[in-house]
Amino acid sequence: MRELSTGPGRVLVAVYAVFAVAATGRSLVQLGTDAGRAPLAYSLSLLAAVLYLVATTCLLRGGEVARRVALVTVFVEATGVLVVGTLSYLVSDWFPDKTVWSHYGQGYGFLPLVLPFLGLWWLLHPGVHPGARAGRSAGGDQVSSPPPGT
Amino acid sequence: MTGWLVVTVLLLTAVAAAWTVVMIVRDESPPSDRFFVVLGVLLLVLVVQLVAGLVALATTDRDVDGVTFVAYLLTVVLAPPFGAALALVERSRWGTASLLVALATVAAMEVRLDALWAAAGA
Repeated sequence: MRELSTGPGRVLVAVYAVFAVAATGRSLVQLGTDAGRAPLAYSLSLLAAVLYLVATTCLLRGGEVARRVALVTVFVEATGVLVVGTLSYLVSDWFPDKTVWSHYGQGYGFLPLVLPFLGLWWLLHPGVHPGARAGRSAGGDQVSSPPPGT
Repeated sequence: MTGWLVVTVLLLTAVAAAWTVVMIVRDESPPSDRFFVVLGVLLLVLVVQLVAGLVALATTDRDVDGVTFVAYLLTVVLAPPFGAALALVERSRWGTASLLVALATVAAMEVRLDALWAAAGA
C-alpha cells in the first residue's frame, strides 16, 4: 500500500500543515487576547485547528488506522465548513468575529471548502485505500487479467 | 513597514512560483541549484523583513495588532524552508507542487502583513 504522505499526498500534507498552523495561530490569538468577544467563533477556530492538526499528523503517520482517523476528521471538516459557512451568512449575529470556516472560508481563498473534498479523494484513492485495491491483483499497479464480469 | 520590501517579496515569490510551475510542467525534480539560489534570496529578504518589521512596530505610532503582526513576520520566514524540504524529500512533480503551496502561502501572508499594517494607519 502506498504511504499516505507520498506523491499527491505530499501536497495535501503541505496544505494541511499550513492550515494547521494558520488555524492554531488564529485561535490562540483570538482566545488569548479577547476570548469573551465571540466565544462561539473562537471555539470553532480552535476546533478547526485541532482537526487540521490531527489530519496532518494522520497523513504523516500513514497506515490504515491513521487513514480512518483522517477520514473522520475530513468528514467533520466538510460538515463544519458547510454548516458554519451557511450560518455565517444566515445568522451573522452569532459570529461577531471571523473563523477559518465563516463564509465558506472566504478569507482563505475558499480553500477550507475545497480541502476536505481533496482529502476525501486522496484517502479513498485506489492504492491508498486497501478496499479499493481488493479487486486488483497483488501486483499493485500492474494490470493483469480483467476482473470477471466486465 | 516599507512598501518596497513588500513589493520585493511579492516579486521574488512570483518569479519562484512561475519557475516552479515550469518545473512541474517539464517534470523536472528535484528543483535545480539555481532555483534554490532564488529561494535563498527570498528567505534572506524575509529575514530582513522580520527585523525591519519588528523595528517598525517598535517605533510606530500606529495602532497595529502587534501579536498577529509579529506572528505573521515570524511564520512567513518558515514557509520557504518548509517547501524546500518537501521538494527535496519527494523527488517528483508532487514535491515541486508542495513547493508551490509554500510559495502561495508566502504571497498570501505577505498581502495579509501589508493589510495589517495599512489597516492600522490613518
